[in-house]
Amino acid sequence: MKYAYYPGCSLHATAVEYDISARLVAKHLGLELWEIPEWNCCGASAAHNTDHLLALALPARNLAIAEREGLDVAVPCAACFNRLKASQVAVRGSEEMRNTIKEIIGMDYQGRVEVRAFLDVVVNGVGLEKIQGLVTRPLTGLKVAAYYGCLLVRPPGLTGFDDPEDPQTMDRLVEALGATPVPWAFKTECCSASLATSRTDIGLWPIFRILKHAKASGADCIAVACPLCFLNLDMRQGEAKRRFQESLDIPIFYFTELIGIALGYPPKELGLSKHFVNPLPLLESKEILRHPATRRETA
Amino acid sequence: MEPRELSSIMAQNWDLLKRVERRSGVDVKNCYQCGKCSAGCPMAFAMDYVPRQIIRLLQLGFVDEALRSRTIWICAHCQTCYTRCPKEVDLPRLMEALRQEAGRAGLVTDKKVHLFDRAFLGSVERYGRVHEMGLIVQFNLQSGQPFKDAGLAPALFLNGKISPFPSRIKDSAAVKAIFQRVRSRGGAEH
Repeated sequence: MKYAYYPGCSLHATAVEYDISARLVAKHLGLELWEIPEWNCCGASAAHNTDHLLALALPARNLAIAEREGLDVAVPCAACFNRLKASQVAVRGSEEMRNTIKEIIGMDYQGRVEVRAFLDVVVNGVGLEKIQGLVTRPLTGLKVAAYYGCLLVRPPGLTGFDDPEDPQTMDRLVEALGATPVPWAFKTECCSASLATSRTDIGLWPIFRILKHAKASGADCIAVACPLCFLNLDMRQGEAKRRFQESLDIPIFYFTELIGIALGYPPKELGLSKHFVNPLPLLESKEILRHPATRRETA
Repeated sequence: MEPRELSSIMAQNWDLLKRVERRSGVDVKNCYQCGKCSAGCPMAFAMDYVPRQIIRLLQLGFVDEALRSRTIWICAHCQTCYTRCPKEVDLPRLMEALRQEAGRAGLVTDKKVHLFDRAFLGSVERYGRVHEMGLIVQFNLQSGQPFKDAGLAPALFLNGKISPFPSRIKDSAAVKAIFQRVRSRGGAEH
């Protein structure tokens, strides 16, 4: 299976471990990723806060390049996924918009190729059965709070692949890896997104609530599929802890990192050493890394 | 609030209201004020008017009050309200349109959020991609908090998560042209 790959700005910067682990895991699962050459920023919230047309045109240039190759687009970042999908739907749904966008980006774009979240490609494209069959280091005993955030599953008319209130895709995935997903109420609560940066004074509260409820549900860690969710829950965890005077200490993983661990990759190769909240003590305490059948040893 | 005469307020603000409705694609009369949007809003705790009240202000013609509210800047666009609204009122789009209108009218009540968006888009227009470190430095300086998050920088730097050098696409002229063409159609001005 070959996909056009749109990493987005964060995966080349603060979410570098998401990019590293997504590429490793894709290769292992037989997904060929063709990075869209010369891709540009999707504009994120800043563009749609500023101008509706700009917010549709910036993603469209990337999609037009993928369309020339005839490849569906796999997008790891939930926010990019949402913006690219919005652009595709707008162009597909109206000839007038198609012509406007064509004029603005100076390229032909019909909205033909699909835009899919990388999580959806892995779980529904590759399939859990195949993934389960490749697990060499099951995540036994690891209790995971699957955190979907907003833009991966909302609005459902746009995102499509899972339930907006109680999504299951990541829960089923971590189960296939041998871990135990915990039921909890904050799966799709907003982490405050870029407000955590622009208005940290108010952005810390939603972050704190998510971390607190994940812990209260008995989870050892949180799995995410969005670089901004990760940054807010991992990098700002120390700040949230200090502000609200409560011990949190809960490691955050990209779902691709969890797959990589279960497939036998060494933590360092997956970029786990780059987290603010060190996840290694947890993996060691569950004896997950001590499992003898690592991919490298069997190779 | 002193007594106000609603008919004349609506008459004064009619054109502005219609523009906000046209730009957002939302007919504010569709809302029957059930409040589901506001019950589930993760940012409501920090708002001056909850989302339901913003729509009520618009329904009554108090567009200025809506434009001057902090709410429109604090909305995180998480889509919870839109997903749950029984009348499918696209509140996030409405908040966007109000922000844009407030920007045009010079009524920005949350300078930090506005500065952040501008710095973000400035980076995209310059390089074709966001240069995260440049964005944060510019935002911190312009918002008068030069040392904000400085304690996080060493770890980000050592782990290769931020770089002093922007990643610039070769064809950045193509992205600049997108901004210019949107501007020539009257958009992206603030």
